[in-house]
Amino acid sequence: MKKTNDRLKAKPAPLSKTPTGIEGLDEITDGGLPTGRPTLVCGSAGCGKTLMAVQFLIKGITDYNEPGIFMTFEESAEDLTKNVASLGYDLKKLIADKKLRVDHVKVERSEIEESGEYNLEGLFIRLEHAINSIGAKRVVLDTIESLFGGLDNTVILRSEIRRLFHWLKNKGVTTIITGERGESSLTRQGLEEYVSDCVILLDFRVIDQISTRRLRIVKYRGSTHGTNEYPFLIDESGISVLPITSLRLEHKVSDKIVSTGIPGLDKLFKKGGYYQGSSILISGTAGTAKTTLASYFTQETCKNKGRVLYFAFEESPNQLIRNMKSVGIDLRTYIDKGLLQIHSSRPTLHGLEMHLLSLHKLIRDFKPQCVVIDPISNMISIGTISEVRAMLVRLIDLLKINNITALFTSLTQQNVSSTNELTEESVSSLVDTWITVRDVEGIGERNRGLYILKSRGMAHSNQVREFILTDKGLKFLDFETGPDGILLGSARKKYQLDTFADNLKKKQALQKRDREILRKKKILEANILAMRTEYESVEEELHKLETEERGLQLKTKKTLDSQPVKAVKKKKN
Amino acid sequence: MNSTATKEEYILKLYITGMSISSVRAIENIKSICEEHLQGRYTLDIIDIHKFPDTMYENNIIASPTLIKHSPQPFKKLLGDLSDRSKVLGALGIITQ
Repeated sequence: MKKTNDRLKAKPAPLSKTPTGIEGLDEITDGGLPTGRPTLVCGSAGCGKTLMAVQFLIKGITDYNEPGIFMTFEESAEDLTKNVASLGYDLKKLIADKKLRVDHVKVERSEIEESGEYNLEGLFIRLEHAINSIGAKRVVLDTIESLFGGLDNTVILRSEIRRLFHWLKNKGVTTIITGERGESSLTRQGLEEYVSDCVILLDFRVIDQISTRRLRIVKYRGSTHGTNEYPFLIDESGISVLPITSLRLEHKVSDKIVSTGIPGLDKLFKKGGYYQGSSILISGTAGTAKTTLASYFTQETCKNKGRVLYFAFEESPNQLIRNMKSVGIDLRTYIDKGLLQIHSSRPTLHGLEMHLLSLHKLIRDFKPQCVVIDPISNMISIGTISEVRAMLVRLIDLLKINNITALFTSLTQQNVSSTNELTEESVSSLVDTWITVRDVEGIGERNRGLYILKSRGMAHSNQVREFILTDKGLKFLDFETGPDGILLGSARKKYQLDTFADNLKKKQALQKRDREILRKKKILEANILAMRTEYESVEEELHKLETEERGLQLKTKKTLDSQPVKAVKKKKN
Repeated sequence: MNSTATKEEYILKLYITGMSISSVRAIENIKSICEEHLQGRYTLDIIDIHKFPDTMYENNIIASPTLIKHSPQPFKKLLGDLSDRSKVLGALGIITQ
């Protein structure tokens, strides 16, 4: 049964691949190592060849249920067990479970004599025996070149190694062969001549006193693969290769708005905060409360039960906690609740890629809703602008894919002459929201002003807002414009006082006028009264005259009435 | 031949693979050496590693044929068909050159 299995495996489908289970490597190789074929992993001493091989085996067992054989020519099984135990791998258990076999092939030159012809059939039989005993699908030979140190007859060795690789291929096991880097060739003994399917080169370089491990696929027959040099990291969980820059921008976006943590700042955004999953840059000169703004956002996210990963490149966690306490932010409680992790390190601790990689790992393990990097401008000390930019692109990609809000702070140089804001890393095009905090220096004082340079996807205020830091927290002051523009600090106070005095004066003037009007009215009314009285007396006079007139007329009539008889009499006369 | 004074018991093991040419030659060679120099004070085990693969691990056999000298000290491992007779005798400590 096993035999037929083996034979079936001996003819793998074209481009069939075996995932290594190593973070990132499977992406670069487009699926893993060629199934049923040998892969050469070469590199100089201490670059992680053995570790990569061990990880390949262990991941094969734990993740893909493929038992493996580790044939070591250098370390003993005990040493190997101890070495990888520090990475959290329990080889003993895997061996006991019959998932792994470690075979130490010791070649002691001092006790070996060669006489006449021989072959390495012993090695073949050992391998076959081991493979059959646990049904292994993965094999590691670490480092087969050690045989050259123990045996003299290189002619036999070479032909036997060639035969071994061929045999492994027929056997259909996926093999990693490690080899020490030679001076002019990839391996000292030119093993790359025999392994034609896949060659991975590991490298360990020190540039400007900062060391970086790199990995490159030298060749991979019959498959596409990444051709760049990829930095990789060895840490407590083994090897991981850097996340690759995604070539397309097609991550999903969120419409959710998250508060900035400062009500005054929220008001400046039409929608009341940042978009979840966007990237925010807070740039400013030294001491403009960039970290405080970042901490406010941290606090706000934690309040809403979101997890925050805070990378501090300038302050230690304790220092940050103490300093933020002075403005009323208690980060400690969130750390205790497990919602906040603060990681502090100097940027120069390791290279840019290492930083990115450790970020990547932490992000994967902690699954935060928000990542704060304070500040990114420090990165410039360990790389060129273009390198830093490239790293940030990768980081932002990573965060966007996972819908994590990213908040970066950046220190800008105080440059009075230039008005256009340019952060050193020119990351402006990468971020969605850009807030600038700046010093406004004036008559013997320094004030903090904040404005939003851009905010993709929402309207925002264009005002410069002044804020002050009190022991109760950060306070946004109301917008105040004077005749010469926006007023800050004591100018604002003066202006406020002036305005108050002005208002008082105006009020008084108004009151005075009102009183005057009232007075005038009163005078007029008095005049009207007087005139009315005068009119009345005149009227009365007239009335009197009229009455007198009428009385006179009546008298006259009476006299006339008594007279006509006389008159008639007179007439008759 | 300057046989050495040592009268120690020789414990030898020869690991071979089936009836391959070099294996057969190795068996012939070691047998003739033993008969000639170590008569009566040697034990020789011939082990076919195809049949007993487990036996390889204790002595770390990688090549075939391999002759192991367990006793007397020092421990020695001889690879090859043992055709270089003087080298074999030297390595086994039967003669001192």
